[in-house]
Amino acid sequence: MKITHSLATAALALGLATGALAQDKTKVGFIYVGPIGDGGWTYEHDKGRLAVEEHFGDRVETVYRESVPEGADAERAISQMALQGADLIFTTSFGFMEPTLAVAEKFPNVKFEHATGYKTAPNVSTYSARFYEGRAVQGHIAGQMTESDVIGYIASYPIPEVIRGINAAFLHARAVNPEVEFRIIWAYTWFDPAKEADAATALIEQGADVILQHTDSTAPQAAAEKAGDVITFGQASDMAEYAPMPRVSSIIDNWAPYYIERTEAVMSGTWESQQIWHGIAEGMVEIGEITDAVPEDVREEALALEQSMADGDYHPFTGPIARQDGSAWLAEGEVAEDDTLLGMDFYVEGLSGQIPN
Amino acid sequence: MLKLETRPQPSRLWTYVAPLLAVVITMLAGAALFAALGKDPVAAIATIFWQPLFGEFAHYYRPQLLIKGAPLVLIAIGLSLGFRAGIWNIGAEGQYIMGALCGAAVALALYPMENGLIFPLMVLAGALGGWIWAMIPAVLKLWFGTNEILVSLMLVYVAEQFLAAMALGPMRNPDGRGFPGSRNLRQYESAHNAELISGTGMHWGVVAALIAVILAYVLLTRHSLGYQIRLTGQSPRAARFAGVRTARLVLVCLGSAGALAGMAGMFEVSGPAGQVTIDFNVGYGFTAIIVAFLGRLHPVGILAAGLLMALTYIGGEIAQSNLGLPAAAIQVFQGMLLFFLLAVDVLTNYRIRIVTREAA
Amino acid sequence: MDLGSISPALLLASLMVAATPILLAALGELVVERAGVLNLGVEGMMITGAICGFAMAVNSGSPLVGFVAAAAVGAALSLLFALLTQFALANQVASGLALTLFGLGLSALLGQGYVGIKPPRTPRLDIPVLGDIPFLGRVLFSHDLVVYLGLALAGLIWWMLKYSHAGMVLRAVGENHHAAHALGYKVVRIRVLAILFGGACAGLGGAYLSLVRVPQWTEGMTSGAGWIALALVVFASWKAGRVLLGAWLFGGVAVLQLNLQAAGIAIPVEYLSMSPYLVTILVLVTMSADKSRAPASLGRIFHASQ
Repeated sequence: MKITHSLATAALALGLATGALAQDKTKVGFIYVGPIGDGGWTYEHDKGRLAVEEHFGDRVETVYRESVPEGADAERAISQMALQGADLIFTTSFGFMEPTLAVAEKFPNVKFEHATGYKTAPNVSTYSARFYEGRAVQGHIAGQMTESDVIGYIASYPIPEVIRGINAAFLHARAVNPEVEFRIIWAYTWFDPAKEADAATALIEQGADVILQHTDSTAPQAAAEKAGDVITFGQASDMAEYAPMPRVSSIIDNWAPYYIERTEAVMSGTWESQQIWHGIAEGMVEIGEITDAVPEDVREEALALEQSMADGDYHPFTGPIARQDGSAWLAEGEVAEDDTLLGMDFYVEGLSGQIPN
Repeated sequence: MLKLETRPQPSRLWTYVAPLLAVVITMLAGAALFAALGKDPVAAIATIFWQPLFGEFAHYYRPQLLIKGAPLVLIAIGLSLGFRAGIWNIGAEGQYIMGALCGAAVALALYPMENGLIFPLMVLAGALGGWIWAMIPAVLKLWFGTNEILVSLMLVYVAEQFLAAMALGPMRNPDGRGFPGSRNLRQYESAHNAELISGTGMHWGVVAALIAVILAYVLLTRHSLGYQIRLTGQSPRAARFAGVRTARLVLVCLGSAGALAGMAGMFEVSGPAGQVTIDFNVGYGFTAIIVAFLGRLHPVGILAAGLLMALTYIGGEIAQSNLGLPAAAIQVFQGMLLFFLLAVDVLTNYRIRIVTREAA
Repeated sequence: MDLGSISPALLLASLMVAATPILLAALGELVVERAGVLNLGVEGMMITGAICGFAMAVNSGSPLVGFVAAAAVGAALSLLFALLTQFALANQVASGLALTLFGLGLSALLGQGYVGIKPPRTPRLDIPVLGDIPFLGRVLFSHDLVVYLGLALAGLIWWMLKYSHAGMVLRAVGENHHAAHALGYKVVRIRVLAILFGGACAGLGGAYLSLVRVPQWTEGMTSGAGWIALALVVFASWKAGRVLLGAWLFGGVAVLQLNLQAAGIAIPVEYLSMSPYLVTILVLVTMSADKSRAPASLGRIFHASQ
């Protein structure tokens, strides 16, 4: 009797304790556009989520939903998280912009963070990374590594972010190699391994010995490996399984510091709506290890370039730069404004071909 | 050995019992699957079937059932007419896309004019878009004898590519910083397919779905066209002798399916989805085929099947975030449900006999 | 703009590779449809074959084991479809769609541990003398075994349908199952065998994607290849030789548009991507004058009521 009683008390106490603990926990939700096993974009966001769990331990609870289609389904997924007590929700794809804002209006006490969008609200922040800084480093390495002077570029959709990346890489490749030219394929997908592999193969067959990609699968890496003497760079994720060749470096989206910082802000009640665009300096963009396949001097220059951007001494879009049609864009020493970069819809001088649509 | 014997008439009892049996078997198999994944099977099943209806946040999920179910029911009703008559339109996904594009085109062309006639005009345009897309396989079937299953399926891919071209090109939001996707129609009052009563999920698409169910029921039970449809499905030869004009039937069945699918697309783009995007279509057109069969091609059955399908979607989503079940497990679960529902159907139309073969 | 940078030999060689997965799947589906069964589950069987082949190849270290496993799993999955449609007499369209849904989910579930792994390499057969022939050597004689398997299968199925007794029986079942039944052919048994064959081929096609063409495993990696295979069968008007041509056309449009872009030629990608489907519809229309129409019993349920 006694034992039963004390057991019951213990159970009750335990139940209460966990209940109380659950109350204290900050609940952080993540909405992903792809599967966490995509090896690129969503995979890195999920690493950020795991970092939040590790950093805060028992003080947080994280929830996520993967492969959420954009549109009505996204709105329901976000609402569901808000209903179930999430304090902070990260929506990690551009297509979630309108659904995020719609849900945010209904849940004024929940904080929302939308990746890569441009609309905010009192409880909605936006965040994105200056991937073009990483592209500058890629262009720098690629321009010196290429022997055929043909660099292949697998682009996803003709949107400012992608165009910015092409321009940044091209400017820095040209700076070290005036002969270099870019071949660009618009794949019209963020993620389609077979198509990306075909695109990489087509570029390689047309003489490209460097492949840059702005799509998320590792298929181009595999295609380059198969072809032999071709180098690539990891995109979104390190893609280290293809190092040291063909993958000689990478741009890594490191969301962990930001996710931890914003979770902390919610915990301490200091969260405020903001629009941030972080780069190498803040650690949101990282350059993955430059492998031995790259000559030492090129490696050091690339690291110096990275450092100068980290220190804020150098901006990848510093004049003089002309547009593709020859008209002046930035004067000598002039630095591009964020607004122009965010809406970039033109190629810089020297790139051939047209941006579709 | 087992032997199937055709029932003279579909069993009434089994018509009702079979779906329930299938759901029970699926629950058992699903529980085994979830247990194998290391999750509490009872909690998982309860989450999927109970939470959306009676759980803590049912006030939010019940309206969502309508939002998710309405396009499925609307499309499936249209398809069921054709399926009954042996006309196989499996391209509803394409008709849905074209309806959405035509409806959105009207709104985007008139933006930012505010006028009460805009929305009705969009409904018409949506229906027309889907209708035209469905008329292609219909006309080709009548003129050239092509197979409508294949033509309508091919047109889905054409429509998908057309959608991408529109979202990236002519329909792109000029204020959208170069991102693909149109303006948000939910922020354009005259074009917004808003909830009729706030918090209920009732939008015009839900109303249209309910009207479609009623009309289809009346058509099939009271109207001579419904009789012709049923007769053609049962025996095309007999129908021809009875004076049924097959050509007219093909046009009517494919046309109404296309118009309803187009309207479903239009209601979606102007309401729950809000904008034309590259990935606007999420497979309602294909899922509706399954819904039509689960509902046994009967209007009321389709209504129930559409809601059941919506339930597994929404319950599955809850299970994902509450229990950490992978999205893939939910997909497998839905696949199993469909398999079992299709399998038990045999009991409705056939009797299983155990036959002992006599030695010769 | 630089058309000269496109090498015809390399273009044709990669066309052969791009065509192989859809060729294999379409050949399987061709046999299924010739038997009068429409299995819309090709996508589901392909992707399940892709992961199972991948997993077995990684675990065993042998691509061959992977391909065999993929074929076996594809067939096993198609057995589900066969049970539903041939024994439970369920509707084929709905069953096929359910199979696709099931396969997509199952593959994602099975594949969770295999993301980011590299498969063992499938060797390329560099045929000694033939491979050295300029142009033709690169286009035809320097591929892996599976490419040749696809070609051989196309030839074999063509011969079988046209000249063999088995082919005649298969066609009879597809054209008029009641007549075939009256003649004493086991309609259901023949159809089940055809469905199993179709499943095995789809599985092989999927494994070719994950083991050779891409080569890696990612969720949803077939991204519609199974549906293209279905289109291909129609395009080919149910003839094996035309399936081969069609696979090259469908694969070719995809490869060509990428090559044209790489050469700096501005093309409307979406409209070009539509073209194979529009061509297929056109083929259907022109075919209507021809006597080679769809198998008459396609998609119909057979029940031998005595």
